Amino acid sequence: MANGFFTDTTLCIGCKACEVACKQWNQLPADGYEFSATSYDNTHELGGTTWRHVAFVEQAAPLDAPAADTKWLMMSDVCKHCTNAGCLEACPTGAIIRNEFEDVFIQPDICNGCGYCVPSCPFGVVDLIAPADYDAPRGFVSDGRTNDDATQHHGGIAGKCTLCYDRQKLGLTPACAKACPTESIQFGNVDELHARAKERVEALQARGVQAYLYGVDDNNTVGDLNAFFLLTDAPAAYNLPERPVLPSTRQRAGYTAAALTAAALALAGWAVLRSGD
Amino acid sequence: MPGLGASFGRGGATTFVQDLVNADCILIEGSNFAECHPVAFRFVMTAKERGATIIHVDPRYTRTSAAANLYAPIRSGTDIVFLGALINWVLTNERYFKEYVTAFTNAPYLVREDFQDTEDLDGLFSGWREAGTYDTSTWAFEMEEVPRFDGEGTVKVPMRDETLAHPRCVINVLRRHFSRYTPQMVEDVCGMPAATMEQIANLLADNSGRERTTAFAYAVGWTQHTVGVQYIRTAGILQTLLGNMGRPGGGIMALRGHANIQGATDIPTLYDLLPGYLPMPSTLRDEQTFAGYLKNATKPGWWSNAPKYITSLLKAYYGEAATPENDFCFEYLPQISGDYSVLPTQISMKDGNVKGYFVIGMNPASSGQNAELARAALERLEWMVVVDSYETETASFWRREGADPAKIGTEMFFLPCATVLEKDGTMVNTNRMLQFHDKAVQPAGDAKSDLYLIYQLGMRLKTLYANSTDPKDRPIRDLTWEYPHEDEHERQRGEPSAVKVLQEINGYKVEPGKRGYECEQVAAFADLKDDGSTACGAWIFSGVFPDKATNRARNRVKDDWTSLGWGFSWPANRRMLYNRASADPDGKPWSERKKYMYWDEEAKKWAGPDIPDFPATKDPRTPRKPGATGIDAHAGSDPFIMQPDGRMQIFAAGTLKDGPLPAHYEPMDSIVRNHVYGQQNNPALREFDRDDNRYNGPENPDFPYVLTTYRLTEHSGIMTRYVPWLAELQPALFVEIDPELAVLKGIKNGGWATIKTRVGEIEARALVSGRMRPLRLGKGQRVHQIGIPYNYGTLGYTSGDVVGDLIPLAMDPNVSIHEAKTLTCDIRPGRRASYGRTDVDAAVPVSQHTTAGESHAHGVDHGGDRG
Repeated sequence: MANGFFTDTTLCIGCKACEVACKQWNQLPADGYEFSATSYDNTHELGGTTWRHVAFVEQAAPLDAPAADTKWLMMSDVCKHCTNAGCLEACPTGAIIRNEFEDVFIQPDICNGCGYCVPSCPFGVVDLIAPADYDAPRGFVSDGRTNDDATQHHGGIAGKCTLCYDRQKLGLTPACAKACPTESIQFGNVDELHARAKERVEALQARGVQAYLYGVDDNNTVGDLNAFFLLTDAPAAYNLPERPVLPSTRQRAGYTAAALTAAALALAGWAVLRSGD
Repeated sequence: MPGLGASFGRGGATTFVQDLVNADCILIEGSNFAECHPVAFRFVMTAKERGATIIHVDPRYTRTSAAANLYAPIRSGTDIVFLGALINWVLTNERYFKEYVTAFTNAPYLVREDFQDTEDLDGLFSGWREAGTYDTSTWAFEMEEVPRFDGEGTVKVPMRDETLAHPRCVINVLRRHFSRYTPQMVEDVCGMPAATMEQIANLLADNSGRERTTAFAYAVGWTQHTVGVQYIRTAGILQTLLGNMGRPGGGIMALRGHANIQGATDIPTLYDLLPGYLPMPSTLRDEQTFAGYLKNATKPGWWSNAPKYITSLLKAYYGEAATPENDFCFEYLPQISGDYSVLPTQISMKDGNVKGYFVIGMNPASSGQNAELARAALERLEWMVVVDSYETETASFWRREGADPAKIGTEMFFLPCATVLEKDGTMVNTNRMLQFHDKAVQPAGDAKSDLYLIYQLGMRLKTLYANSTDPKDRPIRDLTWEYPHEDEHERQRGEPSAVKVLQEINGYKVEPGKRGYECEQVAAFADLKDDGSTACGAWIFSGVFPDKATNRARNRVKDDWTSLGWGFSWPANRRMLYNRASADPDGKPWSERKKYMYWDEEAKKWAGPDIPDFPATKDPRTPRKPGATGIDAHAGSDPFIMQPDGRMQIFAAGTLKDGPLPAHYEPMDSIVRNHVYGQQNNPALREFDRDDNRYNGPENPDFPYVLTTYRLTEHSGIMTRYVPWLAELQPALFVEIDPELAVLKGIKNGGWATIKTRVGEIEARALVSGRMRPLRLGKGQRVHQIGIPYNYGTLGYTSGDVVGDLIPLAMDPNVSIHEAKTLTCDIRPGRRASYGRTDVDAAVPVSQHTTAGESHAHGVDHGGDRG
């Protein structure tokens, strides 16, 4: 029974309560106080210490068009908890596991901070938490332990949304979904969320809204996303990949190319050596 | 809020946020609902999901606009033109709810013949005196004598024409008054296309009537104007014409900006009111004696009960010392002799006329208007007490940029106070709902609850005067002041009981020789007496604690709608005010779809999901009883029981100081001349034209842009600037400008910009966005509007200039509200030269720039100190 998020962007009002609730519950530090001048978004992206992030997409009507044509899309982004998770496949220590709720979870006491998971996420979600940020936060480790070796001697450990593993174990709704005032973020059994989301899409389409689901039944290599989205514009508008690709699926082509190259070089070498006789 | 009070009878939101889901259309104007009330906005989103049309009218395209079905831009400060045009459109096209209007309002009344309208006097009403005020005696009805209900003589009542044909009928006076408010005028003055206005008019009219209802929501975007009260009046008239008041999915949702702002007017921190909206005695009226006060406070309608409420209040204050023989110690109450509201007090302080100052839950040095004047005024005090959870800009005014602590004589006391989770108590939310909260943890360090601080101050004063024989000290000596905490440990700490305070607010039956908390509670305000046998701290809350074991503010039983089992809403736990109007004059629902309260013919009482805002068993067919006492004089079809005649006051006869009907005046500082009348500003507004409070004036070419101010979701003020998770979300003061103006002025997105008025100049980071857009007024005039959030100050993890440093003090005449929502300014690229003031030769010298990095470090240091 997989648990996940259904984030309905048509209900998001951009209040960022999810971001704050996430940081508060998980005791993640603020990332800095830099004014970005990009709409109302000053936290930019998901990272090691930002596990929910509300994107603001301004689509202002031209100044000579009616003001009512302006759109301002808001989307609360989060780790997708992919069915085929690149980070999990890449993890050499077994720190990243699929837990009993079928969510992708980084065990902080196992993670050694190698960082292989970071480029392996097709969505750019996972990042390393700088060692300096360990002092303030406590809650992002479920039992208060971290890999001391990693935190003290290396570049830090990897961090991302745990889907509030600790809250789930207590039967609580994850902090972001609990804090959302408009039910834009819904938590629950993924199958049930799928059914609800599909009904929602139909209802919106009947009202003329160009709504669709992102991360459900998409024929791609990451499979269904346990945290999926209802969008009204192309994925690129929300800074999501049109067609996410699991890095490991490129392995066969990569190894084949390498093998062919090696074979070709060997052949060429043999030919050169032979001609030298 | 007299805007609602003058129209309907009470100064509170007429509905509750949960009922917004039943609206077929919601007009949000003067409010950034989604950003400033995100939790309540869920009900708007639910209404939208159920098919309601959400309209947002605002100078800026905000997060509320993004969630709305229709966004319409408007020039800040012109809402009366837009709303007036809607009234005109509704009347002209006969789209008003005639049966509702005829039965429930003063539309049929005849206005006096000598009343002259703004149409006659180019923007003035009759009675204008050059002294700057109106003689309101002509703003009245033509009266006729009718026999008293008991046959003994006659009484005067307003003349009526139920056919609405007479030219001096209120509705026809209204038609004429708003006849020049046309769609074209909306385009010329508001900058909103006429077609958009007509689209909104159709949406409102299509979604109002028997079968459908429209709700309005507003907040301080409507109130903070020199014509603020009249904004609300215009909306009230329009909503009444459409027949939406007192009905499910209808009403006017006055959104309160802070957690307990409704409570702060109910048990007021206002200088001119006593608890429960009783007037403060005034030397300006003949109220030096109890008899004189009672004569003024007692009015037809519900306020015929005023003697019960004031007598019970005095008994709560002064206990056994209050007797019928000494007029229940009425003479102990202070008597006001002028305007002692915040702004005049600030001016008076600056002029050296105020010695001491308590600042609790307020931060005038960063959130005040003309904030530098406010800060400079603090230097003239002998002492100041600041009570807050954080050191505020007010508490640290003496070491602000440019100040010399050695030259400031103000003795400063800072008392750290508990946060909401660290104390017992109540808050009144925007639904007029009282909710009790319990202390979760002990306050950190030396922090104490506000209740402790006030209580202990009272105890020390009582000790100080315990042996005094001076009669003037008797109010302190006689004050009842005993609230022993139920918990032994708390009692030892000196903490009073918030429960016992609430019990006193509810009221009790006085028993000789017993303390208030030992007496039996009153069950409701109907039990209050004017003979001194009851005591009550605030009659409107009576019923919240009907017996010692029942604290209804603690109730937490909810349902899908009115949730009468959750908390306690004043008055009498009613959720929707004036809900008698949800049934037709005969007591039947206007429609099955909009059924709410109705007359149950068999049970002979009013029934429905709410508490009737009406005598529970009064038959709808009860005829008027001219001359009877209180609401007994009203007919069974008069729903607005607080009004003298039980009806909504379209024409407000003599209750407001700036007109019986709303009229558009330009703001104090405006980029244009008034296009509607020759009269430029609200003639009755209060201004303070002096060197330290200078106005830009109308059409000043040096200040060609409209400036509007607001708050952000992410911040309130000092409280949120000290929270890292909130500070990182909006880490700097910014100014929103449209792309065209940015090019015109050479301002780069993300760069610095300096905004200037004749009061001061501030700097902010530029946020250039197409959400801001220039408007086109009449004669093709291009108008740029600039927006700037109001949340910043010098302290916290994030800091920024104080927007109040731009705003001159000017006030509405009715409630002394300031004008912070519409100003004029100039803007240029780059950073400011000086802090605060434009006249650099004044008290504050030119100072060095603070870079973002420095101010950031400064803020962090402070946070560290407190951590």
